[in-house]
Amino acid sequence: MSNEILINDLVVRFANVNGTGSASANNMFAKSVFRMGIPVSPKNIFPSNIQGLPTWYEVRVSEKGYLGRREGVDIMVAINAQSMAKDVQEVKSGGYLIYDSTKLLAEELFREDIHYIGIPMIQLCMDHYPESSQHMLLKNVIYVGALAALVNIEVEILEQLIKEQFKKKEKLIPGNIQALHLGIKYASEHFVCPLPLHLEKRDLVGDRILVEGNNACGLGALFAGATVGSWYPITPSTSVMNAFEKWCNKYRVDPDTGKKNFAIVQAEDELAAIGMVLGATWNGARAFTATSGPGVSLMSEFLGLSYFAEIPAVLIDVQRSGPSTGMPTRTQQSDVLAAAFASHGDTKHILLFPANPTECFDFTVIAFDLAERFQTAVIMLTDLDLGMNDHLCKPFAWDEEKKYDRGKVLSAKDLDEMSFGRYLDVDGDGIPYRTIPGTHPTKGSFFTRGSSRDEYAKYTEDGDVYAKNMDRLVKKWNTAKTQVPAPEITIHNPNAKIGIIYFGTSSYAAQETVDLLKEKNILVNEMRMLSFPFSNEVKQFIDQHEQIFVIEQNRDAQFRSLLMIELDINPNKLLKVLQYNGMPITAAFIYQSMMSQIK
Amino acid sequence: MTYVKPSFRHPKLPVNKIGFARREYEGAISTLCAGCGHDSISGAIVQACFEMAIEPHRLAKLSGIGCSSKTPTYFLGNSHGFNSVHGRMPSVATGAILANKDLIYLGVSGDGDSASIGMGQFVHAIRRNLNMLYIVMNNGCYGLTKGQDSATADEGSINKSGAENMFQGIDLVSLSIELGATFAARSFSGDKHQLIPLIKAGLSHPGFAFIDVISPCVTFNNNVGSTKSYDYTREHMEATSAIDLVPVKTEITNSQEEGTTQQIQLHDESYIQIHKLASNWDPTDKLSTITKIFEAKSRGEIPTGLMYFNTESKDLHTVLNTTDTPLNLLQKEVLCPGNAKLSGINASFR
Ligand SMILES: Cc1ncc(C[n+]2csc(CCOP(=O)(O)OP(=O)(O)O)c2C)c(N)n1
Ligand code: SF4
Repeated sequence: MSNEILINDLVVRFANVNGTGSASANNMFAKSVFRMGIPVSPKNIFPSNIQGLPTWYEVRVSEKGYLGRREGVDIMVAINAQSMAKDVQEVKSGGYLIYDSTKLLAEELFREDIHYIGIPMIQLCMDHYPESSQHMLLKNVIYVGALAALVNIEVEILEQLIKEQFKKKEKLIPGNIQALHLGIKYASEHFVCPLPLHLEKRDLVGDRILVEGNNACGLGALFAGATVGSWYPITPSTSVMNAFEKWCNKYRVDPDTGKKNFAIVQAEDELAAIGMVLGATWNGARAFTATSGPGVSLMSEFLGLSYFAEIPAVLIDVQRSGPSTGMPTRTQQSDVLAAAFASHGDTKHILLFPANPTECFDFTVIAFDLAERFQTAVIMLTDLDLGMNDHLCKPFAWDEEKKYDRGKVLSAKDLDEMSFGRYLDVDGDGIPYRTIPGTHPTKGSFFTRGSSRDEYAKYTEDGDVYAKNMDRLVKKWNTAKTQVPAPEITIHNPNAKIGIIYFGTSSYAAQETVDLLKEKNILVNEMRMLSFPFSNEVKQFIDQHEQIFVIEQNRDAQFRSLLMIELDINPNKLLKVLQYNGMPITAAFIYQSMMSQIK
Repeated sequence: MTYVKPSFRHPKLPVNKIGFARREYEGAISTLCAGCGHDSISGAIVQACFEMAIEPHRLAKLSGIGCSSKTPTYFLGNSHGFNSVHGRMPSVATGAILANKDLIYLGVSGDGDSASIGMGQFVHAIRRNLNMLYIVMNNGCYGLTKGQDSATADEGSINKSGAENMFQGIDLVSLSIELGATFAARSFSGDKHQLIPLIKAGLSHPGFAFIDVISPCVTFNNNVGSTKSYDYTREHMEATSAIDLVPVKTEITNSQEEGTTQQIQLHDESYIQIHKLASNWDPTDKLSTITKIFEAKSRGEIPTGLMYFNTESKDLHTVLNTTDTPLNLLQKEVLCPGNAKLSGINASFR
């Protein structure tokens, strides 16, 4: 056990019982680190269960600003008897175990190489609060207090957080603040505080915010002008529509009439949810839905209709571990191929891959523009890690000058001045013009259908006409390559022979890995993918390197397949780095996987 | 083979009050089998819309997949149409209605489309009281996939290959009433005198109007032993009512037969005038209607007419309390909170 002092670099894990109100206490800890100006990255690790099972909350604090998960627990707050034996084993050698010492800890739970910090949490509650109903909740605040003393969190910040949390239930504030101090006092009196492993105030956070990806998606849809939302509940996407509804109720209700400038329908299933989206966009509104893997499976037929009949749709897929029900509360990036090629026949869809909540906001707005510009489905692939955890990210920004891109929609005046063929490639970019029902008394109406038709929307089974239309769709796809967000390429060394490709939430750990490799004098260049179809730079980047590592969180290297399929790349060149245990990928994992494969 | 309609129009053709001739409510020439009941329904739709002087571009026609769902191509050629996927027209209609509450919506479906693959969506469209007319062209079989029994085929009915249907048929009218449809009717494709007024009333109804139309499939389900054939339906049909739609601002004529006529006012001040034929049957009383339907069924009769009507219909937009302006017309100024609000939002995440 070293006595080295480590500042602002630790992982704290809270082991709780689901449904005991620990979430807000744990969250208070993370937020206080954030308010001390130190980069922080919290993660919920929860069961697919409402109450009773073990649940964890893990907080990584990183002076260097790394926001990916890091293995190894420095401080375990072990409150769950059910998982105690396992939790004890997770603590790094030299680390700390904070537990409720009201009851004696069983002998087999003792390890030689870690420190035990017993705080009699329930006892303190019983001594100070008459109502037993409060004990469970206040116990959580007591351990936050103890932690505050042990790792040196500013008390004022925590008190402020308590006040904010109970803004609407002021009666509860004094009791909670008292509990906080009970924890602080007990820890300071019985242990040497702070521990060698502790926090120091910094200014490393700047104007960044701490927010969940799903919340950011809902906000993005508000700013993007979505007026129709339909969805069917599924973890981990449910909070997208909840957020959208919350924001709409705040900013889209007419103050005079109380009437709503939006409509949200909880559909009977995902088939209906996406059907409603297509009906609404066909009729000229911006509409979207949010779901996860099983929902994408059900939506596939309609996604094919969207592609072939050229009807805009925005779908936010918050990925979880598949296949089938898989591990519904664990993260993964395993819907890549299902989303890219959703539906039968030759179909492909525009995909967006945000990596943080700021991008969830921005890309949601972009998704609506792209969907209308290209009259097709745009699927944004986030994941549980991004959607349901707080992430430190740049504040949301909005350009007041921005206009919504409604695409090639003809007005009554346009129709008076021109002849209209729904699927004519007038501009040579593969994108036809459309009309919205009700626009013009005599011109511009047409029949939307999923069966083959000619350029004037007339049904046909003529094979040549069909093939011509399919080729125009490819042309449109090629146009899209130039308008989707381009990859973010970082060339550390123009002579580097190794390139890494990653997307979404793998980005945090991938970027950290670059630093780990640098320490071993291995230089790699990076390409962070933001979208599909792939622009020309993607092929160039791959061509410029001898070995390309594709980092992703699924078993079958789906993104690598997509690169191979779309760009005709020699599979031998694309090496796999795959984590698929449902936990967010870590830099240590990527590093090891790469080291074993570098030639 | 292509079908082209002559574009010549006789100058003296009668026109409706917006100056359109009946022909302007027609669509492409039908490619359904000659004699298919669905074509008669298309004809009734054309006539109803002509008589109501609907502006074709203000009506949106939606359907699923099936012979019946093809019919929107054959009527209202100047209306926007949407042939969606099998059984999922109701959700598309829901989205369309959410986007623009000001158009008139006509959904067309088959019994396979609505009573099997689309049953889930059908019941939820009713539950949400979408402001639309929903017509099921009910032939008791799957036409387009060549004659398999559908879920509305009656138990014991014989299909073309001579097989007897072993399962109970779903009665879409009583189901719709049970689910809260605010307008439920049944008719027969061969009875345009009854069907046209029903379509007009359904289009005027401010909520979900359902019409189940027995529409024989001449190719696969018009044989002896079928309970959805022309002959069977004609022999067993019992009209419970005949109705008229009395448009806004037309004087309401007094019925000559006192006591057999009932007038129901619609939200736009037009009236539905019901001439009752069956006794003891009150179309505004659910229980009475359901009882009559079951009684008729036990006698092997097919009751037709406006079966149930609820004057207190609250459509989806009313329930959701959406703004009066159609959502698809709202502009950025109303929709986007802007930068000032966003900085406040950012602050709330610190
Ligand atoms: C998902 C799907 N499954 C099956 C089909 C094949 N299919 C096309 S129409 C149809 C049945 C049509 O029957 P109905 O709705 O009663 O209409 P009808 O043709 O009798 O008017 C079926 C099963 C399909 N198009 N899509
Ligand atoms: S198969 Fe039957 S339902 Fe289809 S068009 Fe022919 S008669 Fe009509």
